[in-house]
Amino acid sequence: MSLSLYAEVLIQGVLTGLVYGLMALGLSVIFGVVRVVNFAHGEFAVLAMYCAFVLFGLAGVDPIAASLPLAAVFFAVGYLMQRAIVQPFVTRPQHEQFILLVGVSLVITNGLLLAFGPESKHVDLSYSFDSYTLGGVLIDKTRVYGATAALVATAAVFAFFRYTMTGTAIRAAADNLTGAAVVGLDVKRLYAISFGLGLACVGAAGAIMMALTDMTPLLAPSLTLLAFTIVIVGGLGSMTGALAGGLLIGATEALASVIVSPAIKSMVSFGLLVLVLALRPQGLFGKAEA
Amino acid sequence: MFAFLTRRGAIALALLAAALLAAPFLVDRYILSIILLALLGAYLGQAWNILMGFCGLLSLGHAAYLGVGAYASAVLFVNYGIGPWAGVFVAIAAAIALAAAIGWLGFRFRIEGVYFALLTIAFAEIVRIGFDNWPFVGGAAGFFLPVSSATQHQWWNLRGGEVFFYYVALAMAAAALAAAAALRASKLGYALLAIREDPQAARALGVDVTRARFKALFISAALTSVGGVFTAFWTNNLFPAQVLEMSRSIDIILAPIVGGVGTLFGPIVGSFLLVPLGEALTDGLTALGVNAPGAKALVYGLLLMAIIAGTPSGLWPWLSRKLGLQERAE
Amino acid sequence: MTHKTGLIDRRSVLAGAGAVIASPAVVRAQAKTPKIAMMLPRSGFFAQAGQSCYRGALASTKVLADLGYNVDIIHIDTESSNDVSRTQAEKAINDGANCLIGAFESGNTLAIAQVAEQRKTPLICNIASAPQLTGQGYQYLVRNFMTGPGLVTQGLKLITEVAKTANLEFKTAVFLHANDTFGTAQSQAMDKIFPTLNMPFKIVESIAYDPKAQDLSVEVTKVRGINPDLLLIVTRAGDAIKLTRDMVRQKFEPKAIMSPGSPGLYDEEFFQAVGPYADYYIYNIPWFNVKSQMTQALEASFKTANPKHRFDLDGFNSGFTFEALLVAADAFKRAGSADGATLMKAIKETNIKDHVMIGGPIAFNDKGDNPNILSASVQNIGQKPVVVYPGDVAVTKPVLPFPSWQGRK
Repeated sequence: MSLSLYAEVLIQGVLTGLVYGLMALGLSVIFGVVRVVNFAHGEFAVLAMYCAFVLFGLAGVDPIAASLPLAAVFFAVGYLMQRAIVQPFVTRPQHEQFILLVGVSLVITNGLLLAFGPESKHVDLSYSFDSYTLGGVLIDKTRVYGATAALVATAAVFAFFRYTMTGTAIRAAADNLTGAAVVGLDVKRLYAISFGLGLACVGAAGAIMMALTDMTPLLAPSLTLLAFTIVIVGGLGSMTGALAGGLLIGATEALASVIVSPAIKSMVSFGLLVLVLALRPQGLFGKAEA
Repeated sequence: MFAFLTRRGAIALALLAAALLAAPFLVDRYILSIILLALLGAYLGQAWNILMGFCGLLSLGHAAYLGVGAYASAVLFVNYGIGPWAGVFVAIAAAIALAAAIGWLGFRFRIEGVYFALLTIAFAEIVRIGFDNWPFVGGAAGFFLPVSSATQHQWWNLRGGEVFFYYVALAMAAAALAAAAALRASKLGYALLAIREDPQAARALGVDVTRARFKALFISAALTSVGGVFTAFWTNNLFPAQVLEMSRSIDIILAPIVGGVGTLFGPIVGSFLLVPLGEALTDGLTALGVNAPGAKALVYGLLLMAIIAGTPSGLWPWLSRKLGLQERAE
Repeated sequence: MTHKTGLIDRRSVLAGAGAVIASPAVVRAQAKTPKIAMMLPRSGFFAQAGQSCYRGALASTKVLADLGYNVDIIHIDTESSNDVSRTQAEKAINDGANCLIGAFESGNTLAIAQVAEQRKTPLICNIASAPQLTGQGYQYLVRNFMTGPGLVTQGLKLITEVAKTANLEFKTAVFLHANDTFGTAQSQAMDKIFPTLNMPFKIVESIAYDPKAQDLSVEVTKVRGINPDLLLIVTRAGDAIKLTRDMVRQKFEPKAIMSPGSPGLYDEEFFQAVGPYADYYIYNIPWFNVKSQMTQALEASFKTANPKHRFDLDGFNSGFTFEALLVAADAFKRAGSADGATLMKAIKETNIKDHVMIGGPIAFNDKGDNPNILSASVQNIGQKPVVVYPGDVAVTKPVLPFPSWQGRK
């Protein structure tokens, strides 16, 4: 293996990691505010991929461009879902939330299977097979575009939480629920917005992933696990953590594939997860719980 | 042991036991195979419930104990000719060793709540990928037990027909129920319940929280691994993609949660609801002329959401109240 | 034997009484027609392949009827789960199935085999390659498919032969395979068989990848770093697509890309997904014989039954599913009885000369395997699988060395 190949693998891993990071950011936002672990996260990502696939088929919309409208649609879905289904579960034990979301994941996966069949779906973009060459290092065009879009979306979410009233209110509610209620914030609404934002991240990430890879409904659980790994490593509830976790897992898996064996690359990330849990349970960027 | 049951509840339990004992003579093999799956689900649910229901630790990776137990006993039997009655102890030891690693990390570093749940997922996945890539146990290609007519009726080697396995499953489910009841009435049981409600307070009362949690984890892992031994000899083939998958862990915990976490009869009620429900959906959809693969799982998902939304603490507390089966809430 | 009458009875009954299953007339018809449970993974992880087999089963009824065989098929979805396979097998036998067919995947097939064995009901395996299937002592199981080692042995031999026709020599090869049930079994077989065959090239590296990986770019980068003459692959459709994309992106072009026996490269979704880049892969697997009349009949019936699908792509799954039905129907006719033991004896004595797949007559050895199945070299040319070797069944010559990805339309 030459050095340029390592560089190539690393760059691919980092670029893909940015997209995964956006997906994981959604999980982190939802948990950070609503304190519900979205066990159907991968399923929502796959749902977004199918939406992007349909948009491309009907109107020829580039999936990366579709990430914007899909983020909006998924925001609405998340908002409504929190209000209608998840809200009553906010105060219920974790295992009951888990069952609820297992139910949601079964509905999404099998609904997609019914609607689209088991064959994997893809989109044909004019640049699907193009790549850049930089000093002997090959970089996929789709990955560069996808990572850029993911970075923009991530920045937008960060900006929302930092610079808008609602974003600040949500952060306040996440930090101190009772305090937020006392000063008259509509916590239920903030929760719904947060769940909506979380799904908006998944919606955008899913659309971008449609440009990068093919998807079948049955691969959703592995995406859920991937998102878990990223947020735990980065810090559950931490936004910076999700981004950093995405990069770290992307790069680690890519390097592990080359150095050890591709078949056990996810074992390496789970190992990393266990290590982080043991040494720094709140994650690399998470705040220690009071 | 079951003093909390009302007279009516005790009669219902006795009738259920009698019905299950007589089932092989009353129902056909298809129904029997469903009851067998329900019993196995009740058994595994009971095992998981000891950790979650009694001690408040949510494990989403119980497939790991199941798989480790299954593989340990199967490998001993096929490669070394050691029967499952001896192999079961190795299976238990292997599962406890794995549990010790998880517990050491989890309890020593105070990984609690959802973090503990995710830790168990990570461990289970590491175990799965490990078995996928371990040539000694066949890797992802699977591990197979021979079905030779010479050993077909060696019941001491867990070789036998469906009715034999049915009674083994029944005995296991009954034993797990008795064990859980005994545990709950014991000193350890009270300590665990105290920890479940409030670990800090339990610690303040002088309960050695870590020690008690380890005990609950070991009991739960050991019981689950025995379920793995059963699975290995009943199915005669093992694939990491079947026994060690995340979906297997989910299967294990659905029944006790739907039935009622922390209750003795919850796992049984849940399993005897969910397993036949799946079969009924297959039949119902076929009868309706729905020929759409995936429709069953979709409806199953919706029903799961409805059940958990409708009965917050599970079916058994609700059911026993309605029917007057127990004196006080468990 | 009045099979024709049986058919008319049943049809008129169905027309008259709707789908009332328990009507006495249907029960009478069952005595004349074997009731066969077709157990396929039509949902769950193997859904794509299961549905492909299912389309073959749909096309089979008419062909069998034209041959004078009437069969009554109950379609069952195993959901790719061992537990479901098992209980549904019990149910099928309760519902009067005289024979079971399935189940595309080895684990599911073994789960059904337990039930078939205990209930003395024949199980004909349509597709599943784990050698352990027939090696475990099952009396009520036959398999009209190759074992994994069989696939590898024939597949490797064909590689050298097909290369010879194009005057091509390979010195180095990389073996890339999915780390799933099938891929791992093939890799184990490869480790055992490759050294015994005295092959003219050596395998420089064997790489296993996670079948659920989101992309295979790193794997391809690794292979590109080694730059072998020949890339050997064992895939399923989903990963074959990802592999192709990443090879095109990274412009990796060995002298040939061949599969010593695996699915994926002839699946509809593969062609759909990668279009012209699906071309020129070669896979050495059992294949349908386009020169057989029965294949042509099956193809015609397939077009009517599944107008949206191409027989070329479903032919492998359809062919073996059809042949399993043919074995059952033929044995039933000879046995003249639906009794399990009698039917099984007849199945073991099967000797069908004219059939769909390439190879000698369908017959089973003591273990229950059909030793007469032959692999052929199939190449995707013009976005369609075409048999290119051996000569007696080939339609055209192989295209070798592997043409560049560039400029394909």
